Amino acid sequence: MRPAASLIIFTTLSGLGLGLTVLIGLGLLAATSPEWVIIHAAVSLGLIGVGVLSSTLHLGHPERAWRALSQWRSSWLSREGVMAALTTIVLAGYFLDHLISGQARPWLGIILSIMSLITIYSTAMIYASLKTIARWHHILTPVVFVVLALAGGCLLAAALEGLAGNPTIALSQWGIGMIAVASLIKILWWNLAGSKGSGSTPETATGLGALGKVRMIMPPHSEENWLQHEMGFVVARKHALRLAVIAFILAAIIPLLVLGLYPHSAALLVLAALVHLAGVIVERWLFFAEAKHTVTLYYGDQH
Amino acid sequence: MTCLPSSTEKKLGLVIDLDICVGCQACVVNCKEWNTAGYGAPLADSDPYGAHPTGAWLNRVHAFEAGEAAKARVVHFPKSCLHCDDAPCVTVCPTGASYKRQEDGIVLVNEDWCIGCGLCAWSCPYGAREMDPAEGVMKKCTLCIDRIYNTHLEEEDRVPACVRTCPTSARHFGDLNDPTSDVSMLVAERGGYDLMPEQDTKPVNKYLPPRPRPRHESEDVDLVSMAKKTTPKGFWKWLDQALDQLPG
Ligand code: SF4
Ligand code: SF4
Ligand code: SF4
Repeated sequence: MRPAASLIIFTTLSGLGLGLTVLIGLGLLAATSPEWVIIHAAVSLGLIGVGVLSSTLHLGHPERAWRALSQWRSSWLSREGVMAALTTIVLAGYFLDHLISGQARPWLGIILSIMSLITIYSTAMIYASLKTIARWHHILTPVVFVVLALAGGCLLAAALEGLAGNPTIALSQWGIGMIAVASLIKILWWNLAGSKGSGSTPETATGLGALGKVRMIMPPHSEENWLQHEMGFVVARKHALRLAVIAFILAAIIPLLVLGLYPHSAALLVLAALVHLAGVIVERWLFFAEAKHTVTLYYGDQH
Repeated sequence: MTCLPSSTEKKLGLVIDLDICVGCQACVVNCKEWNTAGYGAPLADSDPYGAHPTGAWLNRVHAFEAGEAAKARVVHFPKSCLHCDDAPCVTVCPTGASYKRQEDGIVLVNEDWCIGCGLCAWSCPYGAREMDPAEGVMKKCTLCIDRIYNTHLEEEDRVPACVRTCPTSARHFGDLNDPTSDVSMLVAERGGYDLMPEQDTKPVNKYLPPRPRPRHESEDVDLVSMAKKTTPKGFWKWLDQALDQLPG
């Protein structure tokens, strides 16, 4: 699948913002003054907002995007839109309430955390629900999205706490734990989902298997069409392993070193959060680039 | 609403005969011609006269080779939307633009609601949906809904453009829910099948397999030795011998 920048930014930034929101809701990242409430609001709402806006760049008709909130009964994309909108409203309300009453409201925080988790899950299910793309259609796909968002959220929370001048070791430890879990699950995903076939072949796609092996001898059109542009992306596959290692170093190894060795250095924590984000962007790029769609079976792919 | 109807009264669809399609692309062209002026926005092309022309088409004819060596067969393979009963393209649509009609099972896109997210095309195993390069909305086969019910047309023209134009009659149109319809009988008689049944989309359109070849054609043959061995019979044998007698 073509790794569209708008979708990579959408899933990574909104994931990071929602991961941070989970921690804020759980009270793990406390704001020490009204200014910090505003900063937390700006960072979390900003990340989610930029992410969601970026996703609308992918649309042929962004001005009609509101219509996407209507079909939550059947469509994960619609559910994602509804959940993102509701979570954003509750998040804004949570911060406003904190500013007015002078303290965070824990029960609202819990609701916020649960809503954020559901939103991240819904984002992942847009992809995981597609049977046509075997790699994505796996039970671990939404788990990967959730744990990566939480790992990023912990790092960002630790960085914000460092900047506020009161780094507690607790967030760093949460961060180390989440990054370790995320890495394990991602490696598991790579092995399980990555090696999974769609079960479809040129023989089943054409129904000509009874005659023997099926090969394309002539494409239906002389130039690449939209389908091939969108779903026949192959450029990256030969660099896949190299990119996976780069993603792992950026998203996991470097942040782990910083969290483990320099949990009190605000500057390094901020850097680690940025490096982690870069790593997740590479990971997400590969998520798209490595994914194969069954339509390629009609264009010469053998499995 | 992008929830699927639990059942449809009719199942209008196409039956495509792979035995006789010659890959002439007439259906492809007539589909484009009809649909660029019919239902919804025109079917746009981008860079049509340039170096890399591309555009939205609702029907494409692929060509495959199946089998090995002398037994291999070339099969021309037309492909348009199969109007699936369990159409994933409908349920993934976030806007309600994609829908399946309860009365006849036709899968359509309401272009005024479509946001052009492309998710429906991602969910279709067959590549039956293409984004319009000019309009930014999703295009797909409409089963020529503006022909089949169009009382302004002559009776014989009230079939899809691709069906009407096919010079070999490789495409048939009808109600696959009615076991007595011509198309259903054709499917029963010829062993019509679904594409990618493992994707669980339950396509309405069916494909008729190429007929088995006569035995002498389907055996592995060595053409060179066959040519050498040929001995004429009857009149030709006499002529062959007679000519051999002639001097020179
Ligand atoms: S062929 Fe594709 S576009 Fe047509 S109904 Fe089936 S899934 Fe939808
Ligand atoms: S491209 Fe249009 S029809 Fe397809 S899923 Fe998106 S909104 Fe629905
Ligand atoms: S039924 Fe109409 S729209 Fe569909 S492929 Fe045939 S000509 Fe094209």
